[in-house]
Formats: sequence, C-alpha cells, structure tokens
Amino acid sequence: MLTHLPVLVVLAPLLAAPVASLMRGAFAPWVVATLVSWFSLVCSLLLLAQVGEQGVIVYNMGGWEAPWGIEYRIDFANALLLVLITGMASVVMPYARLSVRQEIGEERSPMFYAAMLLLILGLCGMTATGDAFNIFVFLEISSLATYTLLAMGKDRRALTSSFSYLVMGTIGGTFYLIGVGFLYVMTGTLNIVDLAERLPALSDSATVRTGFAFIVTGICLKLALFPLHLWLPNAYTFAPSAVTALIGATATKVAVYVLVRMIFTMFGVEFSFVEIPLSYVLVPLAVVGLLSASSVSIMQLNIKRMLAYSSVAQISYIILGIGMGTAMGLTAALLHVFNHGIMKAALFMSLGAVAYRMGGVELKDMNGLAKTMPLTFWAFVIGGLSLIGVPLTVGFVSKWHLILAALELGWWPVVVVILVGSILALIYIGRVVEAGFFKEPADNTRREAPAGLLIPLWILVIANIWLGIDTRLTVDIAEAAAAQLMAGGVVL
Amino acid sequence: MNDHLILRVVGKFLIPYVMLFGLYVQFHGDFGPGGGFQAGAIFACGFVIHTLLFGSRSTEQIVSIGFLRVISALGVLVYAGVGVASLLLGGEFLNYNVLAADPITGQHIGIIVVEFGVGLTVASTITLLLMIFAERGLPS
Amino acid sequence: MSGLGIWNYVIFIFLMMAGLYMMISSSNLIKKIIGLNVFQTSVFFMYISFGYVEGGAGPVLTEGVTLYTNPLPHVLILTAIVVGVATTAVGLALTIRIKESFGSIEEDDLHKMDPSI
Repeated sequence: MLTHLPVLVVLAPLLAAPVASLMRGAFAPWVVATLVSWFSLVCSLLLLAQVGEQGVIVYNMGGWEAPWGIEYRIDFANALLLVLITGMASVVMPYARLSVRQEIGEERSPMFYAAMLLLILGLCGMTATGDAFNIFVFLEISSLATYTLLAMGKDRRALTSSFSYLVMGTIGGTFYLIGVGFLYVMTGTLNIVDLAERLPALSDSATVRTGFAFIVTGICLKLALFPLHLWLPNAYTFAPSAVTALIGATATKVAVYVLVRMIFTMFGVEFSFVEIPLSYVLVPLAVVGLLSASSVSIMQLNIKRMLAYSSVAQISYIILGIGMGTAMGLTAALLHVFNHGIMKAALFMSLGAVAYRMGGVELKDMNGLAKTMPLTFWAFVIGGLSLIGVPLTVGFVSKWHLILAALELGWWPVVVVILVGSILALIYIGRVVEAGFFKEPADNTRREAPAGLLIPLWILVIANIWLGIDTRLTVDIAEAAAAQLMAGGVVL
Repeated sequence: MNDHLILRVVGKFLIPYVMLFGLYVQFHGDFGPGGGFQAGAIFACGFVIHTLLFGSRSTEQIVSIGFLRVISALGVLVYAGVGVASLLLGGEFLNYNVLAADPITGQHIGIIVVEFGVGLTVASTITLLLMIFAERGLPS
Repeated sequence: MSGLGIWNYVIFIFLMMAGLYMMISSSNLIKKIIGLNVFQTSVFFMYISFGYVEGGAGPVLTEGVTLYTNPLPHVLILTAIVVGVATTAVGLALTIRIKESFGSIEEDDLHKMDPSI
C-alpha cells in the first residue's frame, strides 16, 4: 500500500466528504473528519520520509504514463506542503468540535465538515499533482469549499465578504486557466515536467510570455499579494474561527506553492528571472505590501482583522524570498510558508478560544485576559512573539534565513525593510499584549477556555517553540526542496 | 401555470423521451460521444421541465431533496469506489485494467461504472440545485 | 493550425472584456454573476477553438479517416464548465442570503449600510 501514498492523501477526504455530508448531528461527521485528517497526516509524513529515502516519487493515475495520463509527482517541496496542510487539518479538526457547536450549530454541521474535507482534498490535490490543468480543477474545488465555509460565519457581513472573494477568486482561477491554455497551444502538453522540457525552446514566443503573465497574476490573486489582497481581510475576519485557522494557515500557502512550482519548475529560473525580470515586479510589490499591510494592521480594533492584515504582510515576506530568485531566498520562502502556517494557526485558534468565551475579538475583549484566560493568552503571546521573529521561535528561523538571503545578494534596503516589518509587528502585537496584561477586565472571574480548545492550541504553540529550537528538520527539508526547485524540471 | 394547457401536455409528452435520451447518452458513452456529465445534465432536464410545468412541490413528491442528496453523495462514492477497487486489486488508482482478467474488458467495466457514478451525481445535483433555489421562494 | 484565422481570438477577447467590464461596472450582484459567467464562457470558447483542426473529423474512430480534431480541450472545458456551474450556484445562493439578511443586492446600498463591506 506504501506505493499508493500520493493518492491516498487525496483519496481519503474524497471518500469521507460525501459520507460526512449524509450524517446527522454534529458528532459523527466530526469523528469522520478528524480521523480522516489524522490518516492523511500519517500518509503525508510517510511520503516525506519516502521522498527523503528515494527521491522524487511519481504516481501515474489510472496506470497511464505521463504525459498522456495525469501524474502525481512528490518531491520535497510538495511533501513539506502536504505535511503542513494535513498537520494543520489534524489540529484544527479536534479544535473545531466545540467552536463549531457554538458558531454553526448542529443542523449545518454535517455540511460544514463535508466542506472542510473538500477544502483539504482540494489543497492536497493542488499540492500533489504534476499536471497544470489538474491544479486548476483542485484549485476550484478548494475555492468553492472556501466560499461556502466563509459564508457560514455568524456575522451577516460574512456573506458579502464571501461573495467578493468568489468574484475575485474566480477571476484568479480563470486567469490561470487562460495562461495554461496559451501554454497548451504552444506545447501540446499539460504535464508540468513535460512543459518544463518544451518551454525553453519557445521562450521568445509572445504567447508563452502572455501565458506566464496570466498564470502569475491569477495565482497572485489567490495568494493575496498586495495589491490583490483586498478580499482577504474581510474574509478572514467574518469566517468561523476554525475556518479562519485552517484557511489562514494553508490556503494562501498552497497558492504560494503553486506559484513556486510554476516559476521555478515549469518556466525555469532562467526564463522567470533573466528573460522576464520577475524580481522587478515581485520585490517592490512585496516591500510595499509588507510595510503598508503591517501599518494598517496597527490601526485595527478587531484583532482578527489585525491578524488578517498581518497575513498579507507575512505573505509579502514569502514573495520577497521568491522574488530573489536564488536558492537561499527560495529556502527562506519555503521555510516561512511552513512556519507562518504554524504560527498563524496558533494565533487564530487562540482568538477563536477568546471568541468562544468572550463572544468577540475586539481589542476591548482582550482587556485583562492574562488574568481571566491565562493559558489562551499565553498561547497568543508566544504566537505573537513568533510573528515578530523573536529567537527560539519559528518566526525567527525563517526571518533569519530571509535576511541571510538578502545579504547574499547585497540587498541592504531589503534587510532594513524586513527589520522594520518586525518592529511594526512588535507594535501591533504589543497593543494586544498590553491590553491583556495591564488593563482591567470588565469581569474579573477566571474563565479559561475548555480543554477541547486548549489542547490543540497548545500542540501548535509547542510546535512553534520546538521547531524554533530544533531547526534541523524544517531547514534541511526546505534547503533540499529549494535545491530541487532551482534545478527546474530537468533533473526530476 | 394551470392554464397553460399546451405546455403541460407537450411537456408531459416530452419528459420521458428527454430522460430516455439521457440514458442513451449515458450508456452509449462507451462507444460514441456521450458520458456521465452530458447524460446527467440531459436526464436532469426532465426534472427541470417537470418543475417548471408543475411546480417544485409536485416534483418533490417524485424525488425528495433528501433522496437527491443521498444520490449525489452516492455517485461520488461509486466513482471513488472504482478507484479503491482498482487499488485493492493491485493497480494504480482508477487503473481499470485490473478490474477484469482481460484489460480491455476491464477498461469497459471501469469506464461504465465511473461514468454511471458521474451521471448519478450530475443529474441529482442539477435537480437539487433547482429544487433548493425554488423552495427558497415558496411560502412555508 | 486552424481555419478560423484570428477571429476566434477576437471573439474571445471581446467576450472576456465584456464580462470583466460587467463585473467591475455593475453594482447589482446578479449582474456581477452574469459578468462572471460571460468572462468564464469566453475562456471556454478559446479552448474549444484551440481544438479545431481544419478538415478534421469528429474525434471518434472511424474507418478511412486519418485527420481528427483534438478532443482534449473539449474534455478540459467540460470540467471547467462544471466548475462554472458550481461557482454560479454558490454565487446565486450567496446573493439570495445577502438579500434575505441585508434586504438589498445593490452593492452601493450594502456599502452605505456598512462601509467595511
């Protein structure tokens, strides 16, 4: 069965989603969803180990050899992403039981869990597949699941935010489709590795370049690169807590992965960074996005919205790393994809616990939390420190590598920007910490969140510290993944 | 719609043929143009015509929303089930060759069952979409 | 490759721009969805016209025919059409619920009710 791991990751949620949708009550679908995410996590970890032992794993769907059939192709980069997606799902699902019972209600729970499973299916599929059109299909599966999940928020503004994401997201997906169509016309193939072999000969063609532009723009819409991020803050703010935690940790990251796959594997470094100077587009946008989104998040009174803007800023760090076009920059970007996933999930989950008890996540709800909900609040503090990039947390590891990568290129201004970004993060996290420690709560009784929310939350917090101290695992994998990606589709 | 006699009579006359044509496209998809998506859409057209002529209440007496939900989930399971079966028989996911002793027969069996699953899901989902939207506007 | 000249691209770009313009300019959510559909359909047309080979027969094995049109883009677009249908359904469902909870589906009105939308 071990040879079938690449498909099992995707197959498990596919089988479970329709089953969950037919169940009654909230408990049974929750059990199914949780067990399936754990199963997928085990599969992804085994896959990662397999990639470490054997190198790239190729799986032919239906027994049809690529490029005629669809192949799943797992290297270090997608194995790492699969671990991130299924790992986050495995932590968020146990957490979801209580928060979903309160925010969504029993009647809609089966559909909620089915949509969550479809989201995981879409994200894993996008990551695992080695076929450009297949990515579009899974992208749309995950997006459709996201639209419905976002709309399940209690606030009625969840509906409008979901609608605007639907419009933006569909434009992004369709742009990607147009780009893939142009490439198909020129090369007659949809397989990414096959495309990578044929595209260098066609690099002068205007059609290929237009296709490249469409693909990059479409994916940047999906990953919320400044200035295409406008759908993100409202979507994150009004979604149910568990949904924000999962989407905030994984959805944009998978879009980043697709961008990396397109730029590095499919078009190749030579085309993307020498013939088309992509750095001149990505780096300035990332810098502006980083500074503006961080500044805007300082002014937010709703803490969830603050973290949403902070997500835009953190995505800019990742794009900065990609825009460098070097192995070190890419390593830093992949590291930050993984690390930001862990810390943002922890932060959103602690906010979910606050919302569970206090009924809201405005700044005033945070007053005196260190006394009333100490465990939840300390989780938030550690996640926040990680976001700032304090040593001994994961945030430090990835920012350190990003700075090293910038120094390697001699980009001093970029180093300054990264440090300013950290200071801005210190300010916006600091406001919340100040409110939590030094302001008097409206009601002084201790009302810690229930264990069902705290245990998953603290698992992530411990992962934040553990992977911040023991950096061998993530850094080695990210470096290996970057080396594979820099080599393009040729060696694979 | 009660007084549109011609529409109702012609509609009643058409529905069985529309559905029969859907079934033809479904099961002839193995040899000619056709397949689950198209067949499901055509088959669902029968229900769409019925809903337009007689109202969603009377369609719901034929196929209830709960039933359609079960069918739409079942279709996905049939599709994925073929994949699981081929996994268990030692092939890759959706490798129809291993479904029978002879690969060609296996391909026939595989594609027919998979397309049947697709057809079930598409037909029930299209009907379901229409009925859920229609029900929203009805006075409860 | 095809006997269509560049006319298929002209039509595709015209439809695509019309769809995008509808999405940007109209404030009514239903009109936005219609624009979205026109936009997506333009891409479907583009793909389908890719697959056409001048003088090619329908892609069903027939005796005595050597030149077939390319069926792959059609299959791809079949999937994309399903995606389009699903997106439209989700969009319409959201519109209905927006109408129920806000009482309007004009974006300008929604914006007046709550500037953060």
